[in-house]
Amino acid sequence: METAIDVSSSSRVPASLRGILPVLIALPVLLVLELLLRDSQFTSYLLCVMGVNVLLAVSLNIVNGMTGQFSIGHAGFMAVGAYIAGITSLALKDVAISFLPVAVSDQVLLLVALLVAGAAAALAGFLVGLPSLRLRGDYLAIVTLGFGEIIRVVVTNTQAFGRALGLTGIPQTSSVAMVGLWVFLGVLVARRIAGSSHGRSLLAIREDEVAAEAMGVNTTGYKVRAFVVSSFFAGVAGGLFAHFVPIINPGSFTFVKSMEVVVMVVLGGLGSTTGAIVAAVFLTLLPEAMRSAFSLVGPESNLAQQVDQIRMPIYGLLLVVLMLARPQGLLGSKELWDVVPRWLPRRRKGM
Amino acid sequence: MSQLIQHLINGIAAGTIYALVALGYTMVYGVLKLINFAHGDVMMVGVYMGYATAMMLGRQARGSVGGVLLIFLVAMAGCALMGFLIERFAYRPLREKPRLTALITAIGISFTLSYGFQLDIGFLPGSAPRAFPQVIQPAQWFTLGDPEFPDVVLWNWQVISLLLAVALMGGLQFLVYRTRFGRAMRAVSFDHRVAALMGIPTDRVISVTFMIGSALAAGAGLLYAIKDTSVSPLMGLYVGLKAFVAAVIGGIGNVPGAMVGGLLLGLVEEFVVGYAASTWRDAVAFGFLILVLLVRPGGLFGRVAAEKV
Repeated sequence: METAIDVSSSSRVPASLRGILPVLIALPVLLVLELLLRDSQFTSYLLCVMGVNVLLAVSLNIVNGMTGQFSIGHAGFMAVGAYIAGITSLALKDVAISFLPVAVSDQVLLLVALLVAGAAAALAGFLVGLPSLRLRGDYLAIVTLGFGEIIRVVVTNTQAFGRALGLTGIPQTSSVAMVGLWVFLGVLVARRIAGSSHGRSLLAIREDEVAAEAMGVNTTGYKVRAFVVSSFFAGVAGGLFAHFVPIINPGSFTFVKSMEVVVMVVLGGLGSTTGAIVAAVFLTLLPEAMRSAFSLVGPESNLAQQVDQIRMPIYGLLLVVLMLARPQGLLGSKELWDVVPRWLPRRRKGM
Repeated sequence: MSQLIQHLINGIAAGTIYALVALGYTMVYGVLKLINFAHGDVMMVGVYMGYATAMMLGRQARGSVGGVLLIFLVAMAGCALMGFLIERFAYRPLREKPRLTALITAIGISFTLSYGFQLDIGFLPGSAPRAFPQVIQPAQWFTLGDPEFPDVVLWNWQVISLLLAVALMGGLQFLVYRTRFGRAMRAVSFDHRVAALMGIPTDRVISVTFMIGSALAAGAGLLYAIKDTSVSPLMGLYVGLKAFVAAVIGGIGNVPGAMVGGLLLGLVEEFVVGYAASTWRDAVAFGFLILVLLVRPGGLFGRVAAEKV
């Protein structure tokens, strides 16, 4: 399969800058965005949802797309992250870092909670990755699904997690800047992995596990590491989610949520990071667009009320049609800049 | 002691239903090497077909043997047709593609059916669960202890589903191992390209396998609905998953394995509900699955195929 890795190193950017240049560009953009959106709550909410979905899709793509280990329990890792972050934040509720302004202190505490959440989810990912040593294909898919469900049941039965009622009172500190920062980090890590020797080992495992093993790739190690990285970001996404919805409960992290993320990855193209981003953004905006469209027909129309339900069969049909018409997804395993028309200036190197 | 017997009865009754649904998974997997994720949702649609038929028949006809037969026949025939259509238009075009493609398609069909049926548009039933009519008039066939408040109850529908399940499984075992068609199925399962070269109409064999599997799902779904006394669009997702777990535990692709896996799962769940807490039921089912897969990756009755290089 053709992959989008180009290792030519001719570049006009000095090598010392290349590593941090994306950070230097992204941070001011995010801060400006945050300031601009201070007053429009709906837009920033939508951006946060979009960011969380992008982070989930990009992280799942590391396991499903790059490594070819079909995992359908991503919501489980998200749940671990959401709950652990929620609990951490509730414990730190009365803490404020005195020498910082309140808003900044909030963000620092959020960052702490997110890191704890990511670590916990990564641990869960390690545990789920272990069976992948023995299982592959459909069996692994069903085991990841099982793990996702087990996590949900454990959460439902634990007093500390509020059982079926969930956690309330988590401070609503998720900001566009914080979500954007993590989306940026997630994408950066995913692209860096894809371009590294590590990533090529993952691709080798995806294309032919036996051959990769024969070529000396430590398949088990790489598979478990892919799971750990992927679930770390899923956990962070869960933590971010917990800090902008008013309440988290086990109902938010079912099999259905896992499938939503799978649809994003498959639609974008298994193995394409930019594809996952485009698909996640598209599928987040789709229900809103449908709501507006149906509202034009009639504000009180039955359809507009049911958009959230109509969304699911549409996802299902989308999967079926996609598999029949274009099984490799919108972008296949290429990245966005590989498919731009010839006459546009092409990107010449990997990130 | 009496509590234990009651749990055993309930566990076996639940297990036979899982086993019946699992048979459909196992047949399709055996022939196509495809996890038909939509199997549980085909079952759900079958239950709604049975529900509609029962409603049309009216109160009088439901209790009669003819009425019950008609309900089962309509649901099973309807599902067989649906299984045929799904195979023909969704899976057949993908037969030479990587297996993951078909798995994703199956997940897509499952979503379309279960969430499509939740919509409240046109003839679709909407998301609220509905009471399933008493197709079989419940009766206590056997009790132990105080007649007013018996310790152990054996219901007639439990016996009926067990007998029906055993009969269907026996029939299936006969079909697979004693008939020309069964031989064709096994040949297609072994290698469908070579089977085609040998003059076996593989497309037809696969279609018929799908139709039988879907009809079994409808039958099992009706038994489940009679036990549970309700229908809802999402019932297929979870019953289907459980049945799949049962099939994998027994060794997927193996008919007796599906039965043993179903019974084991039913018993394990019943004992968890009875002696621990009912909210842990789903976790235990999947935990059991993971345990079995880690110890025996091919399932209890399965053989691990040597990997081709």
